[in-house]
Amino acid sequence: MAQSTMTYQRDTLDILESEAIFVIREIAAQFERPVMLFSGGKDSILMSYLARKAFYPGRIPFPLMHIDTGHNFRETIEYRDWWMEEIGVNLIVRSVEDSIRSGRVKEEDGSNPSRNALQTVTLLDALAEFNFDCAVGGARRDEEKARAKERFFSFRDRFGQWDPKNQRPELWNLYNGLKNPGEHFRAFPISNFTELDVWQYIQRERITIPSLYFTHEREVVRRDGVILAVGPYNKPLDGEVAERVRVRFRTIGDMTCTGATESSATTIRDIVDEIAATRVTERGGRADDRRSEAAMEDRKKTGYF
Amino acid sequence: MSDRTVVRRRDLLRFTTAGSVDDGKSTLIGRMLFDSKQIFQDQLDQLERSSRLIGEEEVNLALLTDGLRAEREQGITIDVAYRYFSTARRKFIIADTPGHEQYTRNMVTGASTADLAVVLIDARNGVLPQSRRHGIIASLLGIPHMVVCVNKMDLVGYSQNRFEEIVSEYTAFAEKLNVHDIEFIPVSALHGDNVVDRSETMTWYTGSTLLHFLETVTVSADRNLVDFRFPVQYVIRPHQDFRGFAGQVVSGSIKPGEEVVVLPTHQRSRIRALHRYTEECSEAVEGESIVLTLEDEVDVSRGDMIVRRHNIPEVAGEFEATLCWMDEINDLDSTTSYIIQHTTQRAQAFVDKVLYELDVNTLHRRETHTLRLNEIGRVKVTASRPLFHDPYERNRATGAFILIDPNSNRTVAAGMIRHSSRETLEELKRERREESRDRSEPAAARNIQWDPGLVAPLDRMKRNRHKPVCVWFTGISGSGKSTIAKELEKTLFDKGYSVVRLDGDNLRHGLNADLGFSREDRRENIYRAGFLARLLYDYGHIVLCTFVSPYADDRMYVRRLFPAGAFLEVYVKCDLAEAQRRDPKGLYAKARDGEIKGLTGLDAPFEEPDSPETLADTTSTDVSEVSRRVLSLVLERVGEWER
Repeated sequence: MAQSTMTYQRDTLDILESEAIFVIREIAAQFERPVMLFSGGKDSILMSYLARKAFYPGRIPFPLMHIDTGHNFRETIEYRDWWMEEIGVNLIVRSVEDSIRSGRVKEEDGSNPSRNALQTVTLLDALAEFNFDCAVGGARRDEEKARAKERFFSFRDRFGQWDPKNQRPELWNLYNGLKNPGEHFRAFPISNFTELDVWQYIQRERITIPSLYFTHEREVVRRDGVILAVGPYNKPLDGEVAERVRVRFRTIGDMTCTGATESSATTIRDIVDEIAATRVTERGGRADDRRSEAAMEDRKKTGYF
Repeated sequence: MSDRTVVRRRDLLRFTTAGSVDDGKSTLIGRMLFDSKQIFQDQLDQLERSSRLIGEEEVNLALLTDGLRAEREQGITIDVAYRYFSTARRKFIIADTPGHEQYTRNMVTGASTADLAVVLIDARNGVLPQSRRHGIIASLLGIPHMVVCVNKMDLVGYSQNRFEEIVSEYTAFAEKLNVHDIEFIPVSALHGDNVVDRSETMTWYTGSTLLHFLETVTVSADRNLVDFRFPVQYVIRPHQDFRGFAGQVVSGSIKPGEEVVVLPTHQRSRIRALHRYTEECSEAVEGESIVLTLEDEVDVSRGDMIVRRHNIPEVAGEFEATLCWMDEINDLDSTTSYIIQHTTQRAQAFVDKVLYELDVNTLHRRETHTLRLNEIGRVKVTASRPLFHDPYERNRATGAFILIDPNSNRTVAAGMIRHSSRETLEELKRERREESRDRSEPAAARNIQWDPGLVAPLDRMKRNRHKPVCVWFTGISGSGKSTIAKELEKTLFDKGYSVVRLDGDNLRHGLNADLGFSREDRRENIYRAGFLARLLYDYGHIVLCTFVSPYADDRMYVRRLFPAGAFLEVYVKCDLAEAQRRDPKGLYAKARDGEIKGLTGLDAPFEEPDSPETLADTTSTDVSEVSRRVLSLVLERVGEWER
């Protein structure tokens, strides 16, 4: 029996869990064709775990979708396929590779191009292909300043664009998902989780996460103060020397832009302790955010989360 | 399953801050994050860069919370931003709202989820209108705790006298408010006095620092743990043997075995089990998202509410509310049919009347007919069907609603139900009718109350052995509506179903004999038929209605009188030429001879239904074939009740 049912004192994680489940159920009830996005990172793992909880013993009544940049860590893809079996959902995969091949987008120049910007096009194309009217993402408001004002139900116009001035006020827990044809929504059920909440929840619920989050030895290069994994999509540039270091990843994205941290955390408990004591935000390791302070805001306006 | 013992339990406090840039609100929040070591190194680096960019020597803590670029350029925050920090004792979510007059909307939004409000007063300026406004809004939104930070104490020489002047002025004002717990703290956000660390200068102040107060204030006593309310969000039915109702316990608590009632059908049952994921729990309490199962096979869908049998909320379609208008494009319009969203249900609603506007700076009442952006007033609302609610003051979750514009789908207003007011609204409705038709009403219509009687809908279902439904046939004259309906009526009657038929012409002989064929009269004709159909539906019948009903608006109005799934629109379609050939009532002939004007299809419009439940084209299809199709649809909807 859960403790919270014995005392009336409520724990933060219980409150956040209940809120996220409420939002996920609202999404399923209010939208005709929602889809939940899955990146392989801890936030989307947590979110899909909560979706499993929300409808248990029923199945999750919407598909999950992975926008595959083609630059993923091998571990991410393996984990993804295992996890989908575990929670029993249908997975749709759409790849940036295909968007490049069909000429919808053009690969960045340079030796280690980032596909972060390109995935927006693949995402919007996929939403149109399946006629999805709500894409559910694992973004959190504490991630970045531009997200502090994001709604649980975020309205997008017919071009997939986010206009900070055209957002509906969100009162109590009354989420307004009504829309006209062509318009759609992004929804963010775990908005109120912080990075530490996510890890504490994963710890409490004993959720299995990809091995990349734990310290392991791997070949890396140091570039602009960021430690990047060496791999097929990220080769050392001239003058860079690959070295083997004990690292782990605090966030998981593209190999080309996800920075690793030197760490000795081998259990989730170690990770929680490390996060609680850390002095750098998780996005501090993301090369794409460093490009400019308003980087995230610009990407959001064009349809990125 | 889960590992609850490893992680230390911390509770959560949601609070709202209000104050303008000049009050130093952003600096205060920045200070709180900074001194409680919630700012990361890379954020600080970024802050230093930004501060230098705008030519400031010291780190500008306010920049920490200023989010969007547009706002940074304007130098003000223009929306609600959410901030997070935690201490060993608590996690905090701050709804940070700007304080300018034009942003009452944001303040209301931020306050809607808060347990506590932090109000800022600039010690130099004292109690300004906006300081009062923050208090009034916090009070209207039912926030039980308020902390007044008298900021910039450094600029008034840390004067105890100045602080006490402000305290007594604001205390006198706050007596008029519905806030029971108010705390005053003298601070300097810029220098950090009494924010996280105790002030070394203001030794005369012996109370809590702001952070300490936020960490220790008791908010669990504010929860409604008495009235069990469970608005159904989603029905989970993985297989024949499991039918669970998913939702959040928004107030009260419940245990397996307890007797409950499902609203609006008033069906009774008992809680079989309470599920939280794979666990079954012995009790579910306010705030928990659960799945519950009932002992009996009862009909429950999204928007229904499960409550304890002897603790039932108010059920009314008409009520008084405090309304905050939030739309910048359109003002409140008493002739618009808004969408009302309340708990997990939606209905149509009119705001019949604005009783008065409340000046949020002074609490003075002003007479008005409308509300504009950022205005708050007392209004009377009529919804298309009864809402199960409690007064907001007693229950925030079941007393709150939003209004949505039916065209743009924007959220245009936030409302808080005061109490139901069937009586006063009957009066209003009458006034409206008098205005439009200049016709007097019998005095007896006053003081009417809805009497549900002693026979519950469920009892009727049991007797009839089927559920009720309304089938609405629409189409031009001669399309075959009546023919199909009559055949259907006979078949259902012969099978033992309780069925009645409302025919447009028959109604015009009596109930609607005073109505002609103008736009207004056609609407009234349909409204009356709709209300009559709803009454018959309430009495458990299958109601077949045959009305030309050429206007989509009118049909939509009637549809919204019924619960979802209980209204079946059948569009009986027919070529005009074929209808004229049939001309069963000789109307087309009369129109040709000029005897009648405004015949639908000829010289009056017929707006085709967008998405009827069934479309029956009788031009080519045999009428009895159409009847069979409608019959199977009806049988599917009304089901069989222990038949």
